[in-house]
Amino acid sequence: MSHSPQTGGIVAARLDSAELAAHFDDLYPAFDDHEARVAADRCYFCHDAPCVTACPTAIDIPLFIRQIQAGLPEAAARTILAQNILGGMCARVCPTETLCEGACVREVAEGAPVEIGRLQRHATDGLLLANEHPFERAPATGKRIAVVGAGPAGLACAHRLAMLGHTVVLHDARPKAGGLNEYGIAAYKAANGIAQAEVDWLLRIGGITVQTGSALGGAITLDALKADHDAVFLGIGLAGVNALRIPGEDLPGVRDAVDFIAELRQTADLSTLPIGRHVVVIGGGMTAVDAAVQSRLLGAERVSLVYRRDRGAMAASDYEISHAATEGVTVLTNAMPVAITGTGTVEAVEFAYTREGATGLERTGETFILPADQVFKAIGQTLAGAPEGLTIDGGKIAVDAAGRTSLAGVWAGGDCATGGEDLTVTAVAQGRDAAEDIHAHLTGAAG
Amino acid sequence: MANLTSTFVGIKSPNPFWLASAPPTDKEINVRRAFQAGWGGVVWKTLGEAGPPVVNVNGPRYGAIWGADRRLLGLNNIELITDRPLEVNLREMKVVKRDYPDRALIASLMVPCVEEAWKAILPLVEETGADGIELNCGCPHGMSERGMGAAVGQNPDLIERITRWCKQTTRMPVIVKLTPNITDVRLPALAAKRGGADAVSLINTINSITSVDLDDFAPEPTIDGKGTHGGYCGPAVKPIALNMVAEIARNPETADLPISGIGGVTTWRDAAEFLTLGAGNVQVCTAAMTYGFGIIKELTAGLSLWMDRKGLTSVEQVTGRAVPNVTDWQYLNLNYVTKARIDPDACIGCGRCFAACEDTSHQAIWQKPDRVFEVNDAECVACNLCVNVCPVEGCITMERLAPGTQDARTGKTVEAAPADWTTHPNNPMARAAE
Ligand SMILES: Cc1cc2nc3c(=O)[nH]c(=O)nc-3n(C[C@H](O)[C@H](O)[C@H](O)COP(=O)(O)OP(=O)(O)OC[C@H]3O[C@@H](n4cnc5c(N)ncnc54)[C@H](O)[C@@H]3O)c2cc1C
Ligand SMILES: Cc1cc2nc3c(=O)[nH]c(=O)nc-3n(C[C@H](O)[C@H](O)[C@H](O)COP(=O)(O)O)c2cc1C
Ligand code: SF4
Repeated sequence: MSHSPQTGGIVAARLDSAELAAHFDDLYPAFDDHEARVAADRCYFCHDAPCVTACPTAIDIPLFIRQIQAGLPEAAARTILAQNILGGMCARVCPTETLCEGACVREVAEGAPVEIGRLQRHATDGLLLANEHPFERAPATGKRIAVVGAGPAGLACAHRLAMLGHTVVLHDARPKAGGLNEYGIAAYKAANGIAQAEVDWLLRIGGITVQTGSALGGAITLDALKADHDAVFLGIGLAGVNALRIPGEDLPGVRDAVDFIAELRQTADLSTLPIGRHVVVIGGGMTAVDAAVQSRLLGAERVSLVYRRDRGAMAASDYEISHAATEGVTVLTNAMPVAITGTGTVEAVEFAYTREGATGLERTGETFILPADQVFKAIGQTLAGAPEGLTIDGGKIAVDAAGRTSLAGVWAGGDCATGGEDLTVTAVAQGRDAAEDIHAHLTGAAG
Repeated sequence: MANLTSTFVGIKSPNPFWLASAPPTDKEINVRRAFQAGWGGVVWKTLGEAGPPVVNVNGPRYGAIWGADRRLLGLNNIELITDRPLEVNLREMKVVKRDYPDRALIASLMVPCVEEAWKAILPLVEETGADGIELNCGCPHGMSERGMGAAVGQNPDLIERITRWCKQTTRMPVIVKLTPNITDVRLPALAAKRGGADAVSLINTINSITSVDLDDFAPEPTIDGKGTHGGYCGPAVKPIALNMVAEIARNPETADLPISGIGGVTTWRDAAEFLTLGAGNVQVCTAAMTYGFGIIKELTAGLSLWMDRKGLTSVEQVTGRAVPNVTDWQYLNLNYVTKARIDPDACIGCGRCFAACEDTSHQAIWQKPDRVFEVNDAECVACNLCVNVCPVEGCITMERLAPGTQDARTGKTVEAAPADWTTHPNNPMARAAE
């Protein structure tokens, strides 16, 4: 260990490799068979179960848990994956406390829900790790569909289309498929290369050609795709980021949180990844929390997460915020950055206290300064690179319930499209449903 | 504090908990440990004739049923009677009884169904100072194929005969242990009484196959690819045993026959239930085999505390207390009309009552918006299924309709006076109202 958390500036190796490995291992270790059966036994097999309604992909949760109880996690995996082909990743990353587990009657009754997420992981890991793909393709339809963006939305769409017998070309601008599963999700939620393992497993359905490094707006255009294919699905996520628009934003040491996280996810040896001693993260969503927590896990001595409104308005769930606090992140609310200062490199951030006024957020007049070697901006991602001609609504590609855009033959889903929260599971649901609609459309079953 | 001392057919023990004849009582070392732990008595593992002892299988003897967290719910065994020489067992019984004179020590016996065999073994047992004998008419495997155990227990004439031989030969009290593998347990009990038995004990184990190995297609426990039925015991058999005990206790012909209650006794409560249904004491096997002898402290402390709360001072006061309330279906009060009531504050909205009633009962539960579940009195037949499937204790209860109110299902006014099937107009055999 060449450095410590107290070393000034932005340096690598604040912690030794063993500590780093422990910090970035699975947040929740997998259940063993016995633990899974005990956890499964807590499920009441509710009638018209509220957890199913709360799951954006509507997995038949009581059924899959009963299948675990009955000693066949493989059968449980099929139940899950039939609804949600990225069930393995969702089991790890879904904010279950606000989704299925939040709706569990035992959460309501005792504050201790059935551990649906971990059970889902128990079921799906078996098939995933054995690289056993349980689905087969329908007879070929002869239809070709272009899917742009190999994130959860694009992958779910491509898989369902391939299963229905269509041929899919999956384009992504990045060097690897997976979208934010590969480049965004916190490392300790997707430990041990699960994101790529899941992509590889998913592609075993066949009929999907992946073209990475292939950007819409770069080498390919929507018109060309439309001309060569029977349908196009856009799952391009939110590739842009919001700017702070305050002095000092361009100082070295100030960076977009999503870039930092992407670099972290792609760094094989985390002892080579530099991190500041005093890190300030600006924002209140999942990205801000993940950047802050992972800064601490890398060995930053002091990490402050600063959000301009009150805690109730933060997009990150209570659970995520208390996890950040447990990891030693200081969460400050009702404070907005007014300037980033430093000579040659960032040295501090000046904040103004805020309150909710008659006309919205207003400054109280009081300010404070936080020392900072490194500042991460996490104040929201934006749609970037959406092709011309699509109707945009509230910064997203406008789609109807079936995922159809304003252009005939073009569907969209996931973070780039309207409807639903920006979550992995929502993207999967939208990609899957768009695929079903494309299929209905191409086979003449849709109006 | 309640006095737990027990006198069963004249045999005294400091508490009414005996270890049943089984592996826990097969050797001096086990029995000494049991007495040190506080058990009131033991029925020594069944002794056979003098000469070469029986042999046991050398593969697994047990199969089991578990709850999700491996709580053992039912156990099945294919063990035979003691496989140690008779003299060894007798010698050990003698020294243990000498060292623990205040504890009950009963010899369980199973010899061929001929008078000489019984007459030969009884003096040897008497010599040990044992307090009594238990005739094993129940072992359901191995021994029954040789005309002993359950083969005797399933034939009332044989039961009567061997009981009589024993009573004629020994001064020791004779307890006849009954098998549940029969259709009407009152018949063997009566046969034992006719033979002069001082008491019956029941139940021995129930014929069973606990599971099948789905790779080898063989019942478990599997011995070299084959399996055989075993005897089932443990918590799962308690309801069956309770009923059999009650049947004997409430049969006028055997009502005065003392009963040692056996089958699934696991906690003080199980024991109390056996006692109230007519048992004078209880015997325990599987619970001790699962948790060790230490459970005796919970059994005695629990029974004693419960008796204190009820103002009962002796075991005799508990014995048979529920027997008068065990009756035949035809005497149940048909004017006792109840309806299910769901407490909305306790309800957690799982909807199991709805699924149960809608799918498998009487469509008497409404699912209202926001997962509110309510009983429709016009359909509720008061079956109680919803109460049993509800995961929240006390959330659904059965409420009695007061006499004079109307039952929305039948449209009839609930009557105050009881009436049962014997006088019901639909009963072709109904006695004319006086
Ligand atoms: C830091 C972070 C943490 C998160 N944590 C969680 C979490 O814990 N749980 C959760 O449920 N959700 C989480 N989310 C949200 C979740 O990751 C997204 O909702 C989800 O990935 C959306 O899937 P998608 O397929 O719509 O988009 P993405 O996953 O963003 O995938 C879009 C893909 O399109 C590609 N692309 C973009 N533009 C082009 C183009 N012009 N040409 C070709 N390809 C293009 C991108 O390279 C990318 O691969 C997190 C998000 C972030 C940023
Ligand atoms: C392994 C095993 C061996 C048994 N051997 C005998 C026996 O030799 N003689 C006998 O009368 N009963 C025998 N039994 C039956 C028990 O004494 C008892 O009647 C039965 O197990 C029910 O009680 P429980 O539910 O407390 O176990 C045996 C039971 C078990 C589990
Ligand atoms: S008691 Fe039976 S019939 Fe009545 S509501 Fe409950 S389940 Fe339905």
